[in-house]
Amino acid sequence: MARNRSRMSNEINAGSMADIAFLLLIFFLVTTQIVEDKGIMVKLPPWSEEEPDITKLKKRNVFSVLVNAQNQLLVRGEVESVSTLKEKAKEFIWNPKKREDLAEKPTKAIISLKNDRGTNYKTYLEVYNELKAAYNELWTEEVLRGVQRGDYPAKYKEYSDDLPLHIRKEVRSKIPFVLSEAEPTAFGEE
Amino acid sequence: MSKFKKKRGATSAAISTASLPDIIFMLLFFFMVVTVLRDSELKINVVTPHATELIKLEEKSLVNYIYIGKPKQKFQEIYGTSPRMQLGDKIATVGEIPLFLEQHRIKVMEQKRPRIITSLRVDGDVTMGIVQDVKTQLRKSGQFKVNYSAKQRAKD
Repeated sequence: MARNRSRMSNEINAGSMADIAFLLLIFFLVTTQIVEDKGIMVKLPPWSEEEPDITKLKKRNVFSVLVNAQNQLLVRGEVESVSTLKEKAKEFIWNPKKREDLAEKPTKAIISLKNDRGTNYKTYLEVYNELKAAYNELWTEEVLRGVQRGDYPAKYKEYSDDLPLHIRKEVRSKIPFVLSEAEPTAFGEE
Repeated sequence: MSKFKKKRGATSAAISTASLPDIIFMLLFFFMVVTVLRDSELKINVVTPHATELIKLEEKSLVNYIYIGKPKQKFQEIYGTSPRMQLGDKIATVGEIPLFLEQHRIKVMEQKRPRIITSLRVDGDVTMGIVQDVKTQLRKSGQFKVNYSAKQRAKD
């Protein structure tokens, strides 16, 4: 009898193991927040006391975007909406028809962004996103042209971080992203 | 025919559950690894806006977070209702940013320090004034790599 009992206790019942594991699992499921860590990358310019003077540049090379405290857009002196901003910017930078009033060439194009202190952050980010999107699309077009010329392998179909660094650098040197942000005017601060 | 029938009757219907704990443990470990226990409780409301041109932040240890938004209801008595900035787990002023950046910097290996990114998690309804102050302070402190945190929106 005694021998029988000792032999039985050698084996631990693992049936409840699943329950314990389930409990822990549910705890972690509930507490987990998969944080979306995504965003628009920006490189800020080093601090300098004096403002960059864009008036020295040729007027045709500057794409000025103003966002006021009412979240309205003024692009090159004309009222504009966010939805058409990207196409405008692309046309300005690339200037396919070689118009006199748009950028001489992509390397000379400069985007000047200015906002009020009362501008909504959401609007500001939308505008920034559209400008970035314009460049991203131009870069993609440049990559596709490179593929057509046979400079880049045909597997590349768009500009992304998956491209080798030297291709990315080459594309970006042809169409550099130059965005100058002026100090905001103090309107509409809460 | 009768032989066949007999065989089926003999096999036990119960499926062995012996490997169930292993499967569950595997799931458990997956979630344990994926989980990021948030070290700072947010005292402000932050709903980041949507955007399309997003870049994923890869190395979490190289990222420090600055939150900007309106204080939550229960903290409004202390901090008011206008947008405030939170560093770590406390509401701070713009002047405290350099110290905050330095405290994060010393934890990062020296050769990785140029790759430090500041993630700005800003509420969409905040006005640019406070954001601009933070940006100016970041520029003065030599922290130029900034990420405007946003949620993915489908392209057109």
